[in-house]
Parts: sequence; structure tokens; C-alpha cells
Amino acid sequence: MAKQHANWSPYDNNGGSCVAIAGADYCVIAADTRLSTGYNILTRDYSKICKLADKCVMASSGFQADVKALQKHLGARHLIYQHQHNKQMSCPAMAQLLSNTLYYKRFFPYYSFNVLGGLDNEGKGCVFTYDAVGSYEKVGYSSQGSGSTLIMPFLDNQLKSPSPLLLPAQDAVTPLAEDEAVDLVKTVFASASERDIYTGDKLEIVVINAAGLRREYIDLRKD
Amino acid sequence: MASKQPDALLGPESDSQRTQYPYVTGTSVVAIKYKDGILMASDMGGDMIYCLIAHGLPVKVTMPELCSYGSTLRYKSVERIKPIGKHSLLGASGEISDFQEILRYLDELILYDNMWDDGNSLGPKEVHNYLTRIMYNRRNKFNPLWNSLVLGGVKNGQKYLGTVSMIGVNFEDDHVASGFGNHLARPILRQEWHENLSFEDGVRLLEKCMLILLYRDRSAVNKFQIAKITEEGVTIHQPYSLKTNWEFSAFQNPSQGAVGSW
Repeated sequence: MAKQHANWSPYDNNGGSCVAIAGADYCVIAADTRLSTGYNILTRDYSKICKLADKCVMASSGFQADVKALQKHLGARHLIYQHQHNKQMSCPAMAQLLSNTLYYKRFFPYYSFNVLGGLDNEGKGCVFTYDAVGSYEKVGYSSQGSGSTLIMPFLDNQLKSPSPLLLPAQDAVTPLAEDEAVDLVKTVFASASERDIYTGDKLEIVVINAAGLRREYIDLRKD
Repeated sequence: MASKQPDALLGPESDSQRTQYPYVTGTSVVAIKYKDGILMASDMGGDMIYCLIAHGLPVKVTMPELCSYGSTLRYKSVERIKPIGKHSLLGASGEISDFQEILRYLDELILYDNMWDDGNSLGPKEVHNYLTRIMYNRRNKFNPLWNSLVLGGVKNGQKYLGTVSMIGVNFEDDHVASGFGNHLARPILRQEWHENLSFEDGVRLLEKCMLILLYRDRSAVNKFQIAKITEEGVTIHQPYSLKTNWEFSAFQNPSQGAVGSW
């Protein structure tokens, strides 16, 4: 009993996968709802998606307690922003804030793997992808979390992104229509939950477009 | 003076010891939602884990392989389920002294809330959130409270059941368990739990879980507490035992069929 406690760790990996896809006038953000520790499933219905602003949503996996702390911190910072500027923060601004927030804890990191999705000031879809210590990149689509090694190459194959070396710089948004992107997200999660034990139970999909924000759920494998 | 370490300059707590292993511990707590509220069950054992340190070594335990560990059942009527305020019930596994510290924090919280005298009171959701912050804050200081906590309650017709771990991982569910209960009780609960459990069926389901834990978890003892919380308030029942059966033939002659063994 005691020996297994001898090396205490402040971290845990609670698993989960996140995906975001940006289109010309929409953004799809999705994550599964399984929360695990080791070989245990803690709960089958835990939302990993957090609405940070009207047109900005974050999906996070990793260590649940750190993720919750991060979400609360960003929520508080956004409230201050609204009081100071009387408007919602834009998605690219929130992306920079998230990066700074993660890097602020560079030497005791938030163990969280995030994708941020939303609409930019022109109403175009945008996705930002992060590592745990805050380095980030604007992309057309991305995946993070325990199933990302299975999902990312599949997305690469289906949505070939233009090389960042091209001149003049090409737009990163995907050519898919909104419903095609939603279908693709359902497919990648159904596939990932076949092999990744930390992905499953239910898929939560958030679609942001000019009409606003819409949520959708489908079932995934429960084993 | 010569033995003074330079890190003593870092602060008043720099040379003090932090919990790196538990001392007196309790095992699983299991709780479920039922038709009228929440039911929670735990056994009343307290294990004492002892650590023998070779003569002359410092008190700070940093190298577990130098220690010899053992565990003895020391306490046999530890109350690990306690009412919190008017609407909540708290169950704990893990370090008993840390649990008692948490109860002191909550007593203060409820007292200061009462002193407003505005007719408002903290519900289970608020208490659970408070516990979450305490546990996460202490893990951030690398000085954890060594517990898994289960919090249930009813307020304004809303049932609430959640849990927090030592490092701050927290969630809500229809049924929760701590420690060994996660391995042994939750599969049963996932199979048999439903929204409209009556009080009697709920107790039967919890007793089934506790019996499995009693057979399979060596730290469990056959003395249980079952507590109920509804809109009307908290009832913690008198401790009682479950009927066990050790008459299986395999138990009577364990070496039968094991040819060549003892």
C-alpha cells in the first residue's frame, strides 16, 4: 500500500482527443466525453469543450484539474476584457492570451493539450493548435490529445493543407462544406475510438458560423 | 549551526516534512443518486501504515527502498461520512488526519456563511467546488491532502453527486466511488443503477458493492455506515455488519487440486 504512494506526482493523464477544422465561413470543434485515469474510466460524460467567447471555443485534454484551472483563468481574463473594452474578445486575441497563459507556467506547466477554434474578425474559420507550454500555430485543422497520433495523419490525408513555405502565403482554411466537415469529424472519432482506449463514450461537436453556435452529440464505442 | 542547511533560508517551512506517504488511511467510499436524494456507504476501518527507518537516517523519507513498510488494522470505528451544512454529505478515503483537517476548513466555511444571517446557505455544488479548490491548491504547493473525497447533496430539488481526488481531478456523475470502489463497485453500479431506485433498492445495491469490497479489499472491515441525504435532511444510520459466507469448499481445502503444492 505505502510503497506505491512513495513517489507522488502532481500530474495525471486523463486522456481524451480534440479536433478542430476551419472552413471559409464556419469552424467545427469536437472532443470526446470520456474521462479516464490509467485503465479506469472515471466518467463517460465529461465535456472537454469550453466556450471562451461568442465566437471562440477551446477543446482541451490532458490533466483535468489543470484544464479546469486554465478554463477558469481564461474565463476570468475574458470577463475583465469585457469590462474594459465593452466587447467580446476576438478569436486571434484569445489565441495569443492562451499562449501567454500557458507560457507563464513554463516551469510548472499546465499539463493540457488544447485546440482553439472560432471565427476571426472577417467571419472566416480559424484554428489554433498548442503544446502544453504555449507554443502555438494558426492552422486549417488540427488534433490534440491521446488519439491525435491516429487522427492527425487521417486529417492530413483528407484535407491536404498548403505548404507554409509557399509564396505568396496560401490560406489554410479547408475547402470542405460545413456538413462535410462535421461528417469527417464523426468519422475520425469513430476510427480513433477503435484503437485508443482513452477516446470513446460520446462525441461532442460544436459548430460556429454566422448564425451562431450549435452543439451536436453522437455516441462512440463504450468499451 | 554547522548542520544548518542552506535551504533553511528559503522560508519557515523549508525544512519541514510534507506528506509523501499516508499514515492512517481509510478505504473505499461508494455513493449513488436515488429517487429522493443521495445514498453513501463506507466501512469503518482505519489502517495504520508504519515505516521503519534505519538508525541514523534523517526523518525525511526520500528513498522508499531504505524503508520497510507494513500495514496493520488499527482503528475499527472511524466515521468517514460526515454531514456538511444543511444540504451536503461528505465521504472520504485516504489519510484520516487530512480528512479531519478538511472538516475543520468546512466547519469554518459553513460558520462564516451562517454569520451573514441572510437565509442563504451553501449547497452541495458550492461545497464541492470549495473542496476542489482546496485539493488543487495544496497539490500546487506539492503538499497534498492525501484523500479521495465524495460529496453528495440535495438542494432546491436538485440532486448533486461529485468527487475530488488528491491532485484536484473532479467530476460529477450518477454514481461515484473512491479507491478500490473504482475497480470493484463501479462496474456493478454501471450495470444495475437506474434513475428511479427506491431507498430500499438503493441500499441493497450499495450493500452488494460493499460486500464485494469486503471480500476482495483486504483493508475493508465488516462494519459499515450508510448515510442518506434528501430534501428533508441528513440521516446517518447506526453502524452494522453484512452477512458473509466463507463456507465455499475451495476455502475449506485450498490446496485440493493443486498437485505437488502444499
